[in-house]
Amino acid sequence: MKPIADLPELPFATRLWRWRHWSLRVSLPALVVAVALSLVLMLAMLASLVMGTLDIGLAELLAILGGRAENPLYHHIVLNIRLPRAVTALFVGAALGASGAVFQSISRNALGSPDVIGFTTGSATGAIAQIVLFGGGALSVAVAAVAGGVLTAIVVYGLSVRGGQAGGYRLILTGIGVGAVLAALNNLMLVKGDLDDAVAANLWLAGSLDARTWQQAIPVALGVVVLVPLCIVGARALALMEMGDDAAAQLGVSVERQRRALLFYAVVLAALATGAAGPIAFVALAAPQLVRRLVPYTGLAVMNSALMGATLMLVGDVLTRLLPFNLTLPIGRVTGIVGGVYLIVLLARARRL
Amino acid sequence: MSVGASTVTLERSPRRLWGLVALVLLTALAALASLFIGSRPIPVAVTLDALLAYDPSNSAHLLVHHLRVPRTLLALVVGAALGVAGALMQGLTRNPLADPGLFGVNAGATTAIVAAIAFFGVDSVSAYTSFGLIGAALAALAVYRLGGVGGGLNPVRVVLAGAAITVVLLAITHLITLNSDVQVFDRFRHWAVGSLQGRGQSVLLPITLLVVLGLALSLTLARALDTVALGEDLGRSLGVHPVLVRSLAALAIVVLAGAATAAAGPISFIGLTAPHLARFIVGPEHRWLLPYALVIAALLVVMADVLGRVIGYPGEIGVGIMVALLGGPFFVVLVRRWRLVQL
Repeated sequence: MKPIADLPELPFATRLWRWRHWSLRVSLPALVVAVALSLVLMLAMLASLVMGTLDIGLAELLAILGGRAENPLYHHIVLNIRLPRAVTALFVGAALGASGAVFQSISRNALGSPDVIGFTTGSATGAIAQIVLFGGGALSVAVAAVAGGVLTAIVVYGLSVRGGQAGGYRLILTGIGVGAVLAALNNLMLVKGDLDDAVAANLWLAGSLDARTWQQAIPVALGVVVLVPLCIVGARALALMEMGDDAAAQLGVSVERQRRALLFYAVVLAALATGAAGPIAFVALAAPQLVRRLVPYTGLAVMNSALMGATLMLVGDVLTRLLPFNLTLPIGRVTGIVGGVYLIVLLARARRL
Repeated sequence: MSVGASTVTLERSPRRLWGLVALVLLTALAALASLFIGSRPIPVAVTLDALLAYDPSNSAHLLVHHLRVPRTLLALVVGAALGVAGALMQGLTRNPLADPGLFGVNAGATTAIVAAIAFFGVDSVSAYTSFGLIGAALAALAVYRLGGVGGGLNPVRVVLAGAAITVVLLAITHLITLNSDVQVFDRFRHWAVGSLQGRGQSVLLPITLLVVLGLALSLTLARALDTVALGEDLGRSLGVHPVLVRSLAALAIVVLAGAATAAAGPISFIGLTAPHLARFIVGPEHRWLLPYALVIAALLVVMADVLGRVIGYPGEIGVGIMVALLGGPFFVVLVRRWRLVQL
């Protein structure tokens, strides 16, 4: 292995550390963004725990978190209601952000998101079928959604493999076809189903953080802790694959194996997020794009995308609770509005992209 | 600027022309089937009479005249509009995922119609159409401004602008349905699947006018679009003004997709896949791609509408659902079997 001194000038302020055949490459602008996002996240987390119909002071909050709670009611509210909700929001956002970054790289498309391979539509099919056809409860709806999404992803991947290769382009087109069929089925169930069931399905489709418990928070948190680092490791290979499968293969990437592994991680992340909170609009699509607007392109930013996704979710949740009107405002749609408006502002201010 | 007239001449391409003729004939057959098949059985002879010797006192004749004929024509018009709009959109953004709804047109129409239902209690299909047109135009205008279509079109920027506005509008739509009366959602769900049911002359005439204008503009632009596709500089030196051509193409997309969505609800699949099918047959050249996409999309919509009435009998299944249920598997097989022509 050549010493670092022989490498060409690295772009921007990039630092590189090497140990044996491991290397760690950190770009300073990316690091600054990561720190800033983490700070925003911590503030949002704090706000999310303090705010609510019942005001809990900062001192009290610290006492509760330290296990020295005096009021058992507050203890219950913070640890069993507000904390699971905030944790769910945080990790659902992180899962979607990382998943979106991986999908946009694999599909080489700014529109890439788990939707591309029919994932979101498939999970909606599972959930709507469970609600409209079988009248299932909350937990079985979540399970059906995850199963529907993962099954769809497997079918799309399987259909697009030809000669041991699932080319990025064929993957996208197959995803469109399968996704369209499933979307039609969803619409059919919504139109022909009983109106009450259809309304319930419509509510699930909005995506929500209401009444989340540790039961929802823990699976997605575990998933993020395990899978996001794996995605970060794979990001280097993905960045090379963006230059074309052949070029990447020549540089020593086992293209199809990496693609399959990363697709798998990204789908599982999206599935866990959907199971925990229902379909959340736009986070997977917007988070990587927003990061790319903030940091000049320095490789695939899985970490920052995850942080951005988490920030969007948590801030969205806090903002929703701050609003004075007495409306049903599910987080899944609010993220759509918040993320969408933010992207609009960015676009309006940037003269060139 | 000189936009070459894109008369579809023989020009060493007799096979392409005959292919197009065959597709037109198939479409005509499907349209005939659409006149003779419906949820109320009317004998073939009576339908024929209604078409050739119309008698206003005969209820079966009335039905054919006022329901089946406009519906069939509307299916053709909507299909043609979506096919061409989709082909233009994919060429313009160089993105195989681009559907005509990308300029926010579908979302704009959807939001306007939900608002009309929820806040003004609108419940007639022809009123939906006018609200849909207004909403589509407003959303497209916003995407146009934001995406900077006017000055040197950047595909990624347009795609992002369209996606952002679409998501915001659809989220608002969802919130409106969640926070209003159940009946609002009931009406909305029937519109949102895409259907041609109950659209009479009052919808057909204005929509047809818009679509014909949009189609004329698109076909005039075909040759210029091919030149622009060679690259900004080369296009300019060949005598085509790239920004003007792209802006006009964007205008055509908005008119076509907006009219189709206002008339039949959001049917995204046709605009997405018909161009891929057409490209598979004739390649990416716009002056062949556009007519092929037009006819293929019209054929698909008419067929789907007929089958929706047959399968859903005695009710019917909306054309938006049928199109995807039929076209989806076909499309997947096609992608699997052959290498689709890339953009």
